[in-house]
Formats: sequence, C-alpha cells, structure tokens
Amino acid sequence: MQFGVFSVGDVTPDPKTGRVPTEAERIKAMVAVALKTEEIGLDVFATGEHHNPPFVPSSPTTMLGYLAARTERIILSTATTLITTNDPVKIAEDFAMLQHLADGRVDLMMGRGNTGPVYPWFGKDIRDGIPLAIENYHLLHRLWREDVVDWEGKYRTPLQSFTSTPRPLDGIPPFVWHGSIRSPEIAEQAAYYGDGFFANNIFWPKEHFIRLIDLYRRRFEHYGHGGADQAMVGLGGQVFIRKNSQDAVREFRPYFDHAPVYGYGPTLEEFTEQTPLTVGSPQQVIEKTLKFRDYFGDYQRQLFLMDHAGLPLSTVLEQLEMLGGEVVPVLRKEFDSLRPTHVPEGPTHAGLKAVAEGRALVEAVEPN
Amino acid sequence: MKRRKLAVISGGLAQPSSTRLLADRLAMAAEQALAELDVETEIDMLDLRDYARGMTNMLVTGFADERLGAAIKEVVESDGLITVTPIFNASYSGLFKIFFDVLEPGVLAGKPVVIAATAGSPRHSLALEHAVRPLFSHMRALVVPTAVFAASEDWGSGTSAEQALSERIDRAAGEFARWVAAEDRPSRLDPYEDVTSFEDLLDS
Repeated sequence: MQFGVFSVGDVTPDPKTGRVPTEAERIKAMVAVALKTEEIGLDVFATGEHHNPPFVPSSPTTMLGYLAARTERIILSTATTLITTNDPVKIAEDFAMLQHLADGRVDLMMGRGNTGPVYPWFGKDIRDGIPLAIENYHLLHRLWREDVVDWEGKYRTPLQSFTSTPRPLDGIPPFVWHGSIRSPEIAEQAAYYGDGFFANNIFWPKEHFIRLIDLYRRRFEHYGHGGADQAMVGLGGQVFIRKNSQDAVREFRPYFDHAPVYGYGPTLEEFTEQTPLTVGSPQQVIEKTLKFRDYFGDYQRQLFLMDHAGLPLSTVLEQLEMLGGEVVPVLRKEFDSLRPTHVPEGPTHAGLKAVAEGRALVEAVEPN
Repeated sequence: MKRRKLAVISGGLAQPSSTRLLADRLAMAAEQALAELDVETEIDMLDLRDYARGMTNMLVTGFADERLGAAIKEVVESDGLITVTPIFNASYSGLFKIFFDVLEPGVLAGKPVVIAATAGSPRHSLALEHAVRPLFSHMRALVVPTAVFAASEDWGSGTSAEQALSERIDRAAGEFARWVAAEDRPSRLDPYEDVTSFEDLLDS
C-alpha cells in the first residue's frame, strides 16, 4: 500500500488572518510539503495542474523535476495531468524526460479538467472532454510503446514517422492512473488499458465512488488484465488531525467554513458525516480510512489532501508530522495484513520492470 | 389494473400553505381521473421547504444529502409530475427553481407534467405561461395544455371564480391522466450497469 499527499496548489487567504500568500510562497510551500512527505516516510507526492488563478501549479514537470533532485525515495506524480488540453506528444516527452531524471520515480494521473474557460485557451471545447480524453490518451499510450508512430485523429496534427524522445526509462512507460469524479466512460477507459483508476473521494459521498470503482473493477476483469480484485485503485482522502478531536474541529472549522468548493454550504458536521473528510484524533482518522477498504475493496494507493483552504504552511507541516508519525504506520500495517497475496501492491518502476522482464523471459522460453 | 407513480411538488413556504392546498387538490383530481381510466396510483408528496438547506448545499457541493437524494429519486422515477409554485416577482419562486436546477440533465424528458401556481392576485396568472411552461419545455417534459392558477379569491369566495378553479383542476388532471396512463415509461439506462464498451468510445 502506498500513501501520499496530493496538492491542488490553491492560493487561498487564511480566513483567520486574511493574509494571502504570494505565488512564490505558495509554490515554495508545495515544495516544502513534498519534502516533508518524503521525510515522514510516505511514498507519493502528487501535484495538480491548473491554468487559472487562484492556482499556482501550471507546470507540473518543472516542479516535479526540481523535486526529483531534492528527494530520493518518493514517487512523483500528478493529480491530475490534463489529457484534454495538453498535447499528448508533449505529455509523452515531458514525463519520459522526468522519468529519466527521477530514476523511474514517476507516475501520473489523467484528468479532464472541469473549468470551461480553460479549454478554449488551449484551442479546445469542454463539450469534447470525453472524446478528447479518449483520443489523446490513446495516442499517448502508443507514443510510449511504439518507437515510430504514424497517427491521425480529430484533435491534433497527424504524425508521420514520429518518435517521441526520450524513450521511456528501461522501455517501461510511467504508470498511469485515470481520475474521474463522475464519468463511467473514464472508469471504462482505465479498465480497457489495465491502468489504475483514482477516485478523488473528497467532495462526494462514498456511494457514488463505490459505483465507479465497481464498474472499473468489473471491466478490468472483462478486458483480461486479472481479477476484479487485482485492479489498481487509488483513493483520495481529506483529514485534519489533532490529538484531541475537539481541538481539531475548533481549529479547522474556519478553514472549512470559508473553503473554496464547499465553503458556505453544508456544516462541518454534515460534511464529515456525508463525505470521507475526517476532522479529529489520529484514531478517528485511522478508523475512517480503514473503512475505505470495506467500501472499495483492497486498494493500492491512498493520497491525502493536506495543504489547502488557506491553512498556514506551519500547520500543514505539523499535520504531516502527525499523519506520518501516528496515522500512516498503523494504516500501513493494517492494510498490508488484510490484503490477500494475489492482490498487487502499488505500482513502482522496479515492480513494472520486473513484470516486463518476467514476461520477456517467458516469451524467450516459450516462443509462440 | 395498471399502476402509476406520481410525484407532487409543492413550493409553498408557509404552513399551512395555499400552494400545498392546490397541490393536494390536483393530486386528488389526478388520482380520480386515473382511476376512471382503470389505473391505480401511488402518490408521493414533496414540500420543497423541507429540503431547503439540502438544495442550497447541493448547489455548492454538487451532491445531494440522503433525504434530498431520496426525494429526487422519487421525482425521477415517477410516471408523472404535478408541480405547484407560488409566484414571486412575476415568476416561479427561487426555491422551486433550485429543485429543477439540481436535477441531472434529461431526467424529465418525456415525463407528463402539470404546472400550477398560486399568488395573492390574479394579475400574476400568466407567469405560468411565461415562466413555468418554458422551464419544463426546456427540460423536454410533456407539459399538459391546461395550467392551473389560483389567486386568493379562488379559495372559498363561493363565486364563479371558485367554480372555475375546480373546472381547471379537473381539466388539467384529465389531460394529465390520459398521458400518464397511455404508455409505460421506458426504464432509464443505468450508465454504471449498461456500459458503453471502450471500442465504441474509441470509434465514436
């Protein structure tokens, strides 16, 4: 089981002080969160991609490339990479380059983006969101697996004899997750390729995500990638931890009440009851997160949203200390002891390489 | 004997409410008209004021809480819908509109709908034709030709106005009942069960 942190990169005023961090401060804060993620023993840091204020991370591979040099162990990932408005050729190149620089510590999550105006800024139309995600990813998938690609589609210039460089490290393309909040088509897409499926699991009740993940698992098996329980599932989560749960609620409430997305809507109590958000003691976070397994089955990656809604960096770093010190070690032990042996662990470059080498060996011994 | 499920939505805010009163009258008339067509009905009454916070929360968060989710399900799965709104500022009330704004696109397509409204003055009556009918036409519902409007004077003044209200209720209920009874609604496809295969997605 892999644990990590994903950051949206929002620039939000701290509701307690009214202070708005500068872009420079916010970007450096994301770096500090990523470094802390490694320091506390977690496995993954993932950055969002946005092209509109109030968000800073427009250039994920720049940030992840920098982090590759500053870290040694964590997987550098995205949540999400816009498969609709980015050119799939550039995604192929950028992430293959990052993969070499980071010695394989790279994977990425495809997402469509739900901000209408962003699409035309990149010459696209949000109404084509699903077809763009399907065509663009189909090309990206080929670019990493075929040395020379001839290609023609609806949404970009045709390619003749194109080789995307650098080639993926060791011939192993970065592992891909497909993230979706509400589209069965994306669960189907992840299943078709045998890729991972990530349910953001933050803003909506679990019942909704159970349906999406069940669909993905069923179709993963249908396409012959393994049993439904062997499909690669990732989940988001959102926590605020203090030793004493009343302190957690008191401290987090103003951030919740003014947060982008759900602020000024439901109460903190309603939202924690209806969605996976946990605000409380380490034990409460552990109990609620362990329940995810009951709802969604054994899964491979758990990412937490920690730095958002204007929380000061010092608080976020304290939160990470508690997450890494008191929560994740217990979760890791519990999840690992519950997971049957035939269910795969979270994807790593080394793991994918070993599978590929095993397959090559079998083919050499038993040529068809 | 055929069976049909009706959902009745009242946007009234007061308790008791004349809007709810009109909704009850329409529901009873529809039940009777359907009984005459040999159709047994099951009626679900929804007072939108009971879902007021759930609806505004959903505008912000995008998801329905459990109670509102159940109410929406009743409406979506109904064979016909009776709707009554108070007229505020020459149109449907804000609360009434929010309910239809949080529905998924297309869920009312082809569904028979009665539109009705209440107000303090008969001068608001054409709001049904100018505001409420276009709302449901936009949602591709089948709006019955007779819209039912009741002003304060339509309730119990013992005049011809009162008589006219009963006639309008019966006429709207009759039109509604014929459509509701006519055909079985096709069951809606469940996108999680009836998956479009990826080959089809790639080809399209």
